[in-house]
Amino acid sequence: MTSSVRTVEAAPDQSTESQYNFAYLDEQTKRMIRRAILKGIAIPGYQVPFASREMPMPYGWGTGGVQVTAAILGQEDTLKVIDQGSDDTTNAVSIRSFFEKTAGVKTTTATADASIIQTRHRIPEASLREDQIIVFQVPIPEPLRFLEPRETETRTMHALKEYGLMHVKLYEDIARNGRIATTYAYPVEVNDRYVMDPSPTPKFDNPKIDEMAALQLYGAGREKRIYAIPPFTKVKSLDFDDHPFEVQKFERPCGLCGAANVYLDEVILDDKGGRMFVCSDTDYCEERREAGHLGDMAADPAAVSLTTSTAGQDAS
Amino acid sequence: MSDMMNDEPLLRVSEITKLYGNRIGCQNVDFELWPGEVLAVVGESGSGKSTLLNCLSTRLEPTSGMIEYRMRDGVFRNLYKLTEAERRLLMRTDWGFVHQNPADGLRLAVSAGANVGERLMAVGQRHYGQIRDTATDWLERVEIAADRIDDNPRAFSGGMRQRLQIARNLVTHPRLIFMDEPTGGLDVSVQARLLDMLRRLVADLGLAVIIVTHDLAVARLLSHRIVVMRHGNVIETGLTDQVLDDPREPYTQLLVSSILQV
Ligand SMILES: [Zn+2]
Repeated sequence: MTSSVRTVEAAPDQSTESQYNFAYLDEQTKRMIRRAILKGIAIPGYQVPFASREMPMPYGWGTGGVQVTAAILGQEDTLKVIDQGSDDTTNAVSIRSFFEKTAGVKTTTATADASIIQTRHRIPEASLREDQIIVFQVPIPEPLRFLEPRETETRTMHALKEYGLMHVKLYEDIARNGRIATTYAYPVEVNDRYVMDPSPTPKFDNPKIDEMAALQLYGAGREKRIYAIPPFTKVKSLDFDDHPFEVQKFERPCGLCGAANVYLDEVILDDKGGRMFVCSDTDYCEERREAGHLGDMAADPAAVSLTTSTAGQDAS
Repeated sequence: MSDMMNDEPLLRVSEITKLYGNRIGCQNVDFELWPGEVLAVVGESGSGKSTLLNCLSTRLEPTSGMIEYRMRDGVFRNLYKLTEAERRLLMRTDWGFVHQNPADGLRLAVSAGANVGERLMAVGQRHYGQIRDTATDWLERVEIAADRIDDNPRAFSGGMRQRLQIARNLVTHPRLIFMDEPTGGLDVSVQARLLDMLRRLVADLGLAVIIVTHDLAVARLLSHRIVVMRHGNVIETGLTDQVLDDPREPYTQLLVSSILQV
């Protein structure tokens, strides 16, 4: 903290939280990040370098996404934060309380009520709207790095649209596994131009980012890159003619709410091998149950305890 | 690729000079290379042959002079006036480069099949089965068993790696291949097999080749024409058999006699 910020803290009617600028970052830093975001929106899928700041949390916690959210957040916004589809994991709870504390904005777990959704590892099942923004926390933004570690070379490849190497990666996947076994961070081509890593979301979510109504912003803190997909942009998952892209399929619907065609997590119920598959998007599952949809495990005592414990869970 | 214009050279090299400060890399090199022709550039280390190879293959811009290449559309282009995109496309389609150390020309992190298939994917092939069939075919043409297609080149012997590097270059049917001491790191018996295979492939495919070697036996076996370099200058050039059987320059005579003694 600089001394000038401490004077603000000393004002009598300020709570201790107001030692921070709104949403923690100073206005100059936010402007710099907004410029990077605007450039990213203008060139869909292109990785824009930015002067990433230290945040009061470890890099692995999504500091890139946090900085993007801090730069776009307004006082009227309502923020939702999810990790692995859940609002209640430690990472999600910490980031949500960080913004409650530093920006005093409203937060929510309901996808429909959020104006900004910050996420790691999932995209909500409910379709997002034009008046919403989704912010992704990205660990490694460069999809070509797997086969080409040299930064100068990957930059040239992007500039010249030389993306054969992405298919070498997929070729290798099929040669080893008999099919494209990549399930996370599945590479996409954005707007017929830049190949992009959609961050460690499951490929199940790739179709959602194609022609999505909401603005998508991606922030990589450690790697100092921001990229974006504007609303209603074509996003194509890379594949081969004879091995077309396909999403994961689940054999049965969610055990709690009966939803089909959603991404499911396996949950262990007891130490006797009891298990069930439930929506990874906890908000979606709860809303369906409230609306009266019940899965085949909904009445199981172990499953019931699971829903009540997650609903009431706090940061651990 | 049928070459309809065999009455024109593929490569025109005019007055190429490369200076490193005031030290001469190579100077005033002039020659033409014709489709299907194998040209050996020989000399001792420090003779300028590697500098020349790097200039010709667009890896090192010459200080002066011009190198023109007849593109697949029949138009001669100054290689150092190509855009970066054109240059890189040329290098991975119509050209090949075989390094002395196969590790410099292979991706050791992926399978043999992916190494051969990379150029196909780079030019837009998107059918896994067809890419694999083509890769299998090329592996067999360089005498690598088809069932090694999914193996990593790290598991290959030096000779196999070198043959894999060659297959990886040839898969797009290039018209011109640069080779830098391609048999350099190999045992003598492995060298002989590789040279036989190279000679057969070059003839079958009608490839033009510029091969840099210090080994006159390699030049004799593979090349039609030879360029002898010393201190950055071309001191003698002509048909390989003529130059090696009846060298005019004293320095070439020395080179030839030293190989005969070995
Ligand atoms: Zn559910």
